[in-house]
Amino acid sequence: MRIAVASGKGGTGKTTIATSLALALATDATRPSPLFLDCDVEAPNAHLFLRPTFERRQEVGILIPRVDEAKCTHCGKCAEVCQYHAIAVLGKKTLVFAQLCHGCGSCTLVCPEHAISEISDVMGVVESGTARAGIAFARGVMNVGEPMAVPVIRQLKKWITPEPNQIVILDAPPGTSCPVVESVRGADFLLLVTEPTPFGLHDLRLAAQIARELKIPAGVVVNRDGIGNAGVDAFCAAEHLPILMRVPFDRAIAEGIARGQTLVDLEPEYRVRFEELADAIAARVASE
Amino acid sequence: MKIVITTTTPNLDSEVDPRFGRGAYLLVVDPNTLEWQAHPNPGVNASGGAGIKAAQFVVEQKVDAVISGDFGPNAFDALHAANVPMYVFGATRTARDAIARFNAGQLERVGTATRAGGHSESKP
Ligand code: SF4
Ligand code: SF4
Repeated sequence: MRIAVASGKGGTGKTTIATSLALALATDATRPSPLFLDCDVEAPNAHLFLRPTFERRQEVGILIPRVDEAKCTHCGKCAEVCQYHAIAVLGKKTLVFAQLCHGCGSCTLVCPEHAISEISDVMGVVESGTARAGIAFARGVMNVGEPMAVPVIRQLKKWITPEPNQIVILDAPPGTSCPVVESVRGADFLLLVTEPTPFGLHDLRLAAQIARELKIPAGVVVNRDGIGNAGVDAFCAAEHLPILMRVPFDRAIAEGIARGQTLVDLEPEYRVRFEELADAIAARVASE
Repeated sequence: MKIVITTTTPNLDSEVDPRFGRGAYLLVVDPNTLEWQAHPNPGVNASGGAGIKAAQFVVEQKVDAVISGDFGPNAFDALHAANVPMYVFGATRTARDAIARFNAGQLERVGTATRAGGHSESKP
């Protein structure tokens, strides 16, 4: 079972919920240890809570075309085939726009003059290892200034194969753009973390839309319950989005999280609550 | 001589469209005779690389200059590579005015991109 944890924006406690869930499952000897994937490749932070030791690392890159102007006849076939407009024939010059290139290789294939060779463009790395309580942990880290997160996330998801019966927890990046969709794609359940404020509601609305579009069953965790208003509750009721857990706002908890502790570390009762959350999710996935 | 201007509607008295890559029309104008021909901008519906697509079309028209409001970095690189001079229309309202000011040498020529790139995560 793959559970993606997402929120419409950063700072809602998404990573706290995702890492607490992983730790609760890992510390119960009767359950298989989970696999945790930090898909927030632009700013990974789950390692601060789960403290993995990395044992494997691989570079992620795509092959981008390089045109040999001496062979190029400027016939325009490469530009015609590229659906991303990443290569253009401009009079007597053929230009590659590396930032738009998806590395699909089509231009190389169609070039009648064999004027195109491919060079590797490294975008980041994927790393894996073992974290606290034996959690299998993997993450992607994008190079600074790299425009595309999606290939790194895609590679991370492909690189790691979960054991049968292993619960996979995917910590999606904040927001609702392509990297989120890529992280969430293929999940059996989408856990949406929000806070009961107008901002939280606005972002929850966008995140719920992703679940709808990808046809993934979803549920909500209301974090910092007690601040704000009832807007999130009303929205969830109207949309038939189940609220699966509420984490009350508590200063001691907030301070513990700032020190890199999970809810499970801070309040022993959360271990049981997160296990119940996992069971509630499993029941919903089974009834789909 | 041929010049391309980005316009909002397909005629010479149209307002100039400030966006190069996503401008609605590319008007090819002869600045001496004021003969013109309008082409829908092929960049408009591109999911990414609109400026490149528009630039490629402009280069294929073998024009002597382009007038628009805003050249993104990709469009700038593409037009620059093809040695097409780029001008910004400044305070001009219509394509006709822009041509007149171009003929009078009153338009500003741009040497660098006028804007940061488009949304680079717009990829599937
Ligand atoms: S297809 Fe090959 S020969 Fe034709 S323009 Fe592209 S690089 Fe040049
Ligand atoms: S590799 Fe694919 S995306 Fe990149 S320039 Fe060639 S055709 Fe376009």
